[in-house]
Amino acid sequence: MKQLEYRHVTAARGSLLFLKGGTDAALGERVSIRDKDGTLRNGQVIRSSEQMVLVQVFESTDHLDIENTWVRYLGEPFELALSPDMLGRVFNGIGQPRDNRPPIISNIVRNVNGAPVNPAARAYPREFIQTGISTIDGLNSLVRGQKLPVFSASGLPHNRLAAQIVRQAKLPDDASNFVIVFAAMGVSYSDTQFFQSEFESSGVLRNVVMFTNLANDPTMERLILPRTALTAAEYLAYELDHHVLVVITDMTNYAEALREVATEKGDVPSRKGYPGYLYSDLAEIYERAGRVQNRHGSITLIPILSMPSDDITHPIPDLTGYITEGQIVLSRELHSKSIYPPVNVPPSLSRLMKDGIGRDFTRSDHPHLSSQLYASYTRALEARNLASIIGAEELSQRDQRFLKFADAFESRFIQQGEDEERSIIETLDLAWELLSLLPPEELSRVTEEEIQKYHSWEGGL
Amino acid sequence: MPQSMVRGGSSMGKVIEINGPLVTIEQPNIRNGEQVRIGTLGLIGEVISLHKNSALVQVYESTEGLQPGETVEGLQHPLSVELGPGLLGEIFDGVQRPLQKIMELSGEQIARGLSVSSLDREKLWHFIPTEKLVVGETLHGGELLGTVQETKTIQHRILVPPNQQGEIIEHAPEGDYTIEAVLVHLRDAEGEIQELKMYHQWPVRTPRPYRARTQSEQPLITGQRILDTFFPLLKGGKAAVPGPFGAGKTMVQQQIARWTNADIVLYVGCGERGNELVDILETFPQLTDPHSGRSLMERTFLVANTSNMPVVAREASIYVGVTMAEYYRDQGYDVVMVADSTSRWAEALREVAGRLGQMPVEEGYPAYLASRLAAFYERAGSIHTLSGDSGSVTLIGAVSPPGGDFSEPVTSHTKEIIRTFWALSKPLADARHYPAVSWIESFSDYEAQAKLWWAEEVDPAWSERRKQALSLLTQSDELERIVNLVGPEALSSKQRWVLESANLIKEGLLQQSALDEVDSYCAPQKQFALLDLMIHFYQQGERLIDLGAPVEQLTQLPENGKIRRLKSTIGNEQLDQLQAFSQQLWKKLEQIQAEYASTGEPQP
Repeated sequence: MKQLEYRHVTAARGSLLFLKGGTDAALGERVSIRDKDGTLRNGQVIRSSEQMVLVQVFESTDHLDIENTWVRYLGEPFELALSPDMLGRVFNGIGQPRDNRPPIISNIVRNVNGAPVNPAARAYPREFIQTGISTIDGLNSLVRGQKLPVFSASGLPHNRLAAQIVRQAKLPDDASNFVIVFAAMGVSYSDTQFFQSEFESSGVLRNVVMFTNLANDPTMERLILPRTALTAAEYLAYELDHHVLVVITDMTNYAEALREVATEKGDVPSRKGYPGYLYSDLAEIYERAGRVQNRHGSITLIPILSMPSDDITHPIPDLTGYITEGQIVLSRELHSKSIYPPVNVPPSLSRLMKDGIGRDFTRSDHPHLSSQLYASYTRALEARNLASIIGAEELSQRDQRFLKFADAFESRFIQQGEDEERSIIETLDLAWELLSLLPPEELSRVTEEEIQKYHSWEGGL
Repeated sequence: MPQSMVRGGSSMGKVIEINGPLVTIEQPNIRNGEQVRIGTLGLIGEVISLHKNSALVQVYESTEGLQPGETVEGLQHPLSVELGPGLLGEIFDGVQRPLQKIMELSGEQIARGLSVSSLDREKLWHFIPTEKLVVGETLHGGELLGTVQETKTIQHRILVPPNQQGEIIEHAPEGDYTIEAVLVHLRDAEGEIQELKMYHQWPVRTPRPYRARTQSEQPLITGQRILDTFFPLLKGGKAAVPGPFGAGKTMVQQQIARWTNADIVLYVGCGERGNELVDILETFPQLTDPHSGRSLMERTFLVANTSNMPVVAREASIYVGVTMAEYYRDQGYDVVMVADSTSRWAEALREVAGRLGQMPVEEGYPAYLASRLAAFYERAGSIHTLSGDSGSVTLIGAVSPPGGDFSEPVTSHTKEIIRTFWALSKPLADARHYPAVSWIESFSDYEAQAKLWWAEEVDPAWSERRKQALSLLTQSDELERIVNLVGPEALSSKQRWVLESANLIKEGLLQQSALDEVDSYCAPQKQFALLDLMIHFYQQGERLIDLGAPVEQLTQLPENGKIRRLKSTIGNEQLDQLQAFSQQLWKKLEQIQAEYASTGEPQP
């Protein structure tokens, strides 16, 4: 650590502090800023030249003055001290304790920015995780090492859904539990409290590391928090051989903090004022999920983001969808029908599903069955649309059947209790039971053998 | 060209400013486009602009930890790739560093400043000189020196670098050599002795020369019905696959990479997911090329700059890729390069332009976006090589429009340039209709040339059937709008038969499962047989309806379900079964016809 302290501020604006150059500040170097009262703030060099150094201050530059501000360059990037003792603890965005317990002291420190994983070193994720939730297991299966976000919106039960996944997630034939890294950015106190009590009541608290930044905490800290959390996750997964489930909420707050800094720096805005590098920046976070060869652990990532005004084409969900391996989209319409979890089936997707299901993982009919459910439900939604125009009575017999299927599918397959844990076999059997409301000639995505084995069409309506 | 860049004495400079991936340096005698090595970490970058006393460098690696005052070394050549045996089966990063080798050196994370040569220097290749390799003869650029069996299926033709020629004064006999071994000594026009090895370097931003462009005539067969039959692409053509996220761009691209009838496939993962490349690396070695019967990996290689890798190298990766594709083209091969995704490449341009303070025009993109895109796609084409062979580079670029909006700059500019447009549709993908290629928005300008091939190789009726199917699909889309307004009762029997037949085409022909062993690759003959069957069924049905048969009688035929499954129940080699099935169906329809012709009320 360098001991020199400089008093060389030339300007301060928002979260940016402009300093005189000539100090050989390294890009990304951590700085400590002492104000006139002796209070310390944290910052990071984001631009460095011989004439000028630009520092981003996490706690903002409010109440700083030019004369009485001292800056010390710490000679290191942002690093996180790592140890198994992190489990059960609560930290802020830069890894300082928030639970009134001593800080983590360890020989193992890592740069929170990590380094990109070599694509050739990755192992393809293909182990099915059973979440006990039919719409996920049956239709959008999660596999170990996947990044599968929840696209939600204000007022929808994304927290409850995330908590249920955390509680129930397991490999069908593996007793080892997940270790959880929970990262919260700009969320309300009650939201973090909800998760904490959830973890407590399900008895997993000792297996959780929490990184929290509340809505009234420094905005800039949100930019580093997910990186800190993922650094901890990488340590737990690749060095301590744990299977880690990372829940990050809310990515929208992260992106807004990024936009705030970008605007201050004068970066050229692209869509809705977000900087052009939002995609690459989000990718740096999301791509840290996965599996690598010859390591036992894995990182499964479930980011939660709220779609501003329910708009899935907004840059944040849009760019996220381009990076992550699918998405679970929540629907306000289903929520207002009191259906929990209100998973909007058509736009939801799991890209890694194809390799994690079927004969070796779940059951051989699973791939066809899930495709059939999608096709039939989309067809059923068309029938419902038609019914809203011409009236249900006017529908053909065929459309009437689909209408009935839509209702049953929503109230029995999508809908389930918050503590209801369906095994994958139960989910698949339930799906066949519902498909039996439709005659076999409507099922073109499943094979004739599968129909004979599982389908029980009894005629009727 | 590399040689022309050589300049006496290397010079050292220093870093003045670091701004993300852009570094300002002070260095005398540096050239625009020159590669530099920066600081104690040895980061590699490229000079992109010059000022009086300083130069601006874009750095291919993260600049974290770099300080003003660190040293800079000019490497005296522009960004170049090594071209020689050993490319196939490999995975390279955006500046052609071998990622498997990097993994051996630095573990699962990519360390910075690594200096690894692209091609294996130790490996021995069995070189067979051509008969023309005789002392005293003159060799020209692009001429063949000899061959090396690179993989079991691909013979690597060692060529004289395009910019070299001279009289052979000495050459190596047949035998095993490393790529560093000198195979031929040439005396050039100035009397200087030139050494030719198995590999040479080529600057990526300079297209490789050829003798002449030729008109492409052969369709690129991908085994995907909606692509081959409805929106064909030619070898040497250019195509784009735009689609919102989740529409299946990657699956379409991977299916093309798998089943295309090109000789060499290069997959460039540009700013996309790491797992997608792993998927290829893990599955391709196990898959068999339907054309050669050998492992797919023997003809495939990859360039990977995933979304979390440095953004500047992403900009370079496209050029690195296309230069390697041109190199195999020059050996007389048909090469397909799949780039996923050109939008991420455009975003990399935008990011650098933004940091340079260049005036943004549309959505923050710089004004030169359109010209850069056009120049890139122009490197596609079928050509006569310098030695008189013919070869081609086909470019297929994925486009990821924000919010699925095709009017955004990258999609709209690309649409102007390419000639086959495979538009992916979100509603189709939501209904799990894969491949979700929209038959309304897609187009192909190559139908006229493809028609000749299909008529010759498959059936003269191809073009006619294709038109009939497209017209059925268009009619059915219009009818569906009516149904959505007033209900199906408003339609006549004939119109309902159109809807039914169009659905049959959608489910039985357009939908194709990449995961189904039989359906994943559909040979052209089977594509046509299915299409022909469905159109014939529609026409026969229409006649029966004219005779008074109710639509229900046709839709309730159990054959409807069977036709929908033919794609996965009948293999490419079992077309006789398909024939038998059709015969039975026609017999059945004839019976119905007989019934109505005698008892029914024939309509006027």
